[in-house]
Amino acid sequence: MQAITDNVFRALADPTRRAIFERLARDGEQTVHALTYRAGVSQPAVSKHLGVLKRARLVRFRHEGRETHYSAQPQALAPLAEWMSMYGAFWRDKFDRLENLLNSKTF
Amino acid sequence: MTATVPKCTLVIEREMPHPPEKIWRALTESSLIDEWLMKNDFKLAVGHRFQFRATPVPNWSGVIDCEVLVVEPNSRLAYSWGTLRMGTVVTWTLTPTPGGTHFRMEQSGFPSEDGPNYKGAKYGWRNSIDNLERLIGGMN
Repeated sequence: MQAITDNVFRALADPTRRAIFERLARDGEQTVHALTYRAGVSQPAVSKHLGVLKRARLVRFRHEGRETHYSAQPQALAPLAEWMSMYGAFWRDKFDRLENLLNSKTF
Repeated sequence: MTATVPKCTLVIEREMPHPPEKIWRALTESSLIDEWLMKNDFKLAVGHRFQFRATPVPNWSGVIDCEVLVVEPNSRLAYSWGTLRMGTVVTWTLTPTPGGTHFRMEQSGFPSEDGPNYKGAKYGWRNSIDNLERLIGGMN
């Protein structure tokens, strides 16, 4: 599980990969050709990015004829939500401490 | 289905019965920051690079690398916050109200390759909070 979380963070750190993932999430399933046409980078580069997204389980693919179709798997974004909830707890605790400090001191 | 990768944005707001000037000092004086947030070498100057240091735990050094980005005295402070493979920005906004101050914190950013000491965000962070709480409990 840790390896998957790590892969999700690494995959989404790159803006081109983020854009590819967002395109798939927004427009639905697409071929590598269609993605390449809009991505502004070469097909080998798009394929490499898709490989990284696939390892993070952010996309899945199926073969149809000579084309490979990719689709987004938004549920793989769960680690980001977890990150948010962890920091939420962290900051609320710190806010409590700040309020205690402000209440207890005159400065 | 969401169309975009969530730009992780966390907002926490509170009303505080204290003037903005007092809260500003708690946000910007190193020894006061130490009392409620973490050990630090913060200086109130745009471009100043500093670190927060929490108690190290397995898989996390406890170090957060920061740089002061915005200083608007008594109203707005922002610094970058890099650790655990997330490069984020923390922004504090103080707005005076009749009863004191509306206090707002926003942390936002995307996952990044920051944080060379990163090994396991979830495990490390949870333990860090636990450790901090134990530490704080021990001091009281």
